[in-house]
Amino acid sequence: VTRPVPSFTGVPELAPVRRPRKLDFAERRLASGLSALAVRRTGVPLAEVRLRIPFGSSTRSHPSRAAMLAECLLAGTAERSRVDLAEALQRIGASLAASVDADRLSVAGSGLVTRLPDLLGLLAEVLTGAAFPPPDVARERARLAERLTIARTQPGVVAREALEHRMWGDHPYTRDLAQPEAVRAVSAAQLRALHRDRVVAPGATLVVVASLSCEAALDHVEAALDGWTGPAGSAALPPLPPLTTRPVQLVDRGGSVQSALRLGGTALPRQHPDSPALVLANLIFGGNFSSRWVSNIREDKGYTYSPRSTISHHALGSIFIAAADVATEVTAAALMETTYELSRIATLPVTAEELAAAYHYATGSLALSISTQAGLAATLAQLAAVGLGPQYIADQPARLAAVTTEDVLRVAGDHLAPSHLVTVVVGDAASVAPGLRRLADLDLE
Amino acid sequence: VVHSVGGMPSTSLRLPAPRFAITRRVLDNGLRVLLVPDRSTPVVGISVVYDVGIRSEPQGRTGFAHLFEHLMFQGSANLEKMAHARYVQSSGGSFNGSTHFDYTEYHEALPSNALERGLFLEADRMAGPALTEETVQNQIAVVKEEIRVNVLNRPYGGFPWLYLPGVMYETFPNAHNGYGDFIDLEAATIADATSFFTSYYAPANAVLCVAGDFDANAAWTMVERHFGAIPARRTPRRPSFAEQLADGQRQGSVTDQHAPLPALALGFRVPDPAGLPVEYLAHVLLAEILTDGDASRLWRALVHDSGLVTDVSAYLGEFGDPFEERDPVMMTISAFYPEPAARADVIGTVDAELDRIATDGLLDGELDRVRTRFVAALLRGLDATIDRSSALAKFELVHGGADVLTELPRSLTGVRDADITAAARGLLGQSRAVLDLIPEGRS
Repeated sequence: VTRPVPSFTGVPELAPVRRPRKLDFAERRLASGLSALAVRRTGVPLAEVRLRIPFGSSTRSHPSRAAMLAECLLAGTAERSRVDLAEALQRIGASLAASVDADRLSVAGSGLVTRLPDLLGLLAEVLTGAAFPPPDVARERARLAERLTIARTQPGVVAREALEHRMWGDHPYTRDLAQPEAVRAVSAAQLRALHRDRVVAPGATLVVVASLSCEAALDHVEAALDGWTGPAGSAALPPLPPLTTRPVQLVDRGGSVQSALRLGGTALPRQHPDSPALVLANLIFGGNFSSRWVSNIREDKGYTYSPRSTISHHALGSIFIAAADVATEVTAAALMETTYELSRIATLPVTAEELAAAYHYATGSLALSISTQAGLAATLAQLAAVGLGPQYIADQPARLAAVTTEDVLRVAGDHLAPSHLVTVVVGDAASVAPGLRRLADLDLE
Repeated sequence: VVHSVGGMPSTSLRLPAPRFAITRRVLDNGLRVLLVPDRSTPVVGISVVYDVGIRSEPQGRTGFAHLFEHLMFQGSANLEKMAHARYVQSSGGSFNGSTHFDYTEYHEALPSNALERGLFLEADRMAGPALTEETVQNQIAVVKEEIRVNVLNRPYGGFPWLYLPGVMYETFPNAHNGYGDFIDLEAATIADATSFFTSYYAPANAVLCVAGDFDANAAWTMVERHFGAIPARRTPRRPSFAEQLADGQRQGSVTDQHAPLPALALGFRVPDPAGLPVEYLAHVLLAEILTDGDASRLWRALVHDSGLVTDVSAYLGEFGDPFEERDPVMMTISAFYPEPAARADVIGTVDAELDRIATDGLLDGELDRVRTRFVAALLRGLDATIDRSSALAKFELVHGGADVLTELPRSLTGVRDADITAAARGLLGQSRAVLDLIPEGRS
């Protein structure tokens, strides 16, 4: 556009950083073995509650029962029907939702802070007395089975399952998403047994973030959840198998107008001394919009809409995943550019400028993510589940600042090099196989 | 942030209302500016909304408002391509843009030490994006991949928002596909983009809202320094997109190559939202009464009692936000049902439930509990600084005042049972749009 523009005075420099206020928090371990953490955070007059219960199991029937337990946790108690529970939550402006993954059962709640005791009371009621009424269980079985069927028509879900199998063989982590047939076989009695054995206080963590004093919040927690107990000790999962580099796996999805490209490998847990370096290496490679990979395959080539690489943490290990959905006709070219960018960061040092940009992004996005009650509660709940506390948040900027370009090169060489990654492509095999074969050996499924 | 406690005697629980320290000014070039300081966390939100959206696209250029939104990230007279993203992210921030039916929004969430940099970046592209053949072609390709990933390559992609307006409405602005036909997208030129920018991206056609950790006086100086220098231009008069509702039930269908199960969507016209009158707010709360969770009318009837559907939702506004569109606005009720033969029963149950509300009225406490949770969710949605700046900017643009948002809990308290029953009766009496999704995916 040719028009008069304001005289360019240069992009403004950053002012000195204002660090977040020190968190006002308190911890309490209940006699039952439940660990509770409360944080006072003014803002909106609400309370956020996050409960996490270790829930892993290597039993084959577990994923479907666990998924059904989460679906039916709010389906009624001895005192209240499903509708009674839902109405009680609405009356106090609150919501409660349960979800489950291979590691844990999570219950997230939020509501008006003035009614936090009522919200915790309803949480306690389902933790101690979820009834799993057979008609509700039957209904939820059908609904969940339908949803799982629909989920598996999504290329992203197919790609995730294929990648997990490639990475971990038959490990329980690969069975995280339940099978519809198994769900249809779950009974109310099985759910009651699973609830009795595993929905227990020892080992569980509860985080409350509210515009309320920490001690008051913890008193509410103790008063409401005092009666929730249960035996200690949970089933241990076998360790993840070591990764083996294998041919690129191509999963046929006939007629697909895009290919889901997924590369996965091992990453470092938060407590590892090299974790900050890997966080920054990932950001420079593909962890945000201005990263090398996104610049290359989206903004330069136009192959894809939202490529992104992530590091995620699980009880048994941390993983790196690079994910892009690319146009069918450029599938091989996109893999070639991806391999190029991974090879580059694994063999050549990043610039000091790139490192500084990644550092600022990492510290800034941490500050943004904990600036809301819900974001702070979610972050603290993730940390609490692996034994880390608010101090981790306070220390993280300094840990990131200490990373050098040599550190980034070393950890990228160990974790982002293409030779250390497993590759899966879900797409129209007839169209994409010839191109992919020019780059790698191919396993066609 | 200070919270007042308001509420009327009819409410069993007194509803808190947000109260923000909002100051408002209009710059000489016509840009409306809101500053909302809050020093509790060291972050700022910068939101700019332009009064142009899907409804203003030229004929033959479906999807252009969204394509143009992408082009606003491609550099300017001062900054090269990718510089915007690099400056925001290397400052520790995040950014995005989104295209809606009646406006287009851009925002940055930043650590507060990057406030002036963020203001500069928004002002820089308001002054003029760099539009080159290369970036236009690149972003056409990116948008096509976006449509493939969100619509063409997944089950239920774009259902029902891409298709229901075409069944409901007759006129191009309201009825067309807002993501765009590939043919139209591929035909887009630099001349189109220049003309679109000139018409709709004038300072006086926009609202800037800055929320978060700053001193208001210092921020005014920065706003004036960066945005005040942009020359004023003529602002187009926004045409009315009002449309008479045709008589009779309007019917349409879409086939979905990936969906394993059928779905349907019903579209109903609701009153003009201008001024957010009680009649409009009654429809907002009626949608909650119908489908807000396990205690709602349609979840009880369709999911838990009859088991006819696996999921049902009722909402105002094509994207589920009842406060982001001007007239005409639709209420959509969408349902996913596994048994194709159940279609008539699903629609019959919706009608029966509306009839029950219209005839028998609401249950004791039903409106209060639904309203309480709606207000709590509204407050929760204002906790993030960036969401607050975006919401206030949107209310200033679409509803003529940011205070309309802060007054909303009180306005909702004015809705009575009789208003809800009248709304339900109105929906029953009118003609409507019915969209069927025909599944052609593997089950």
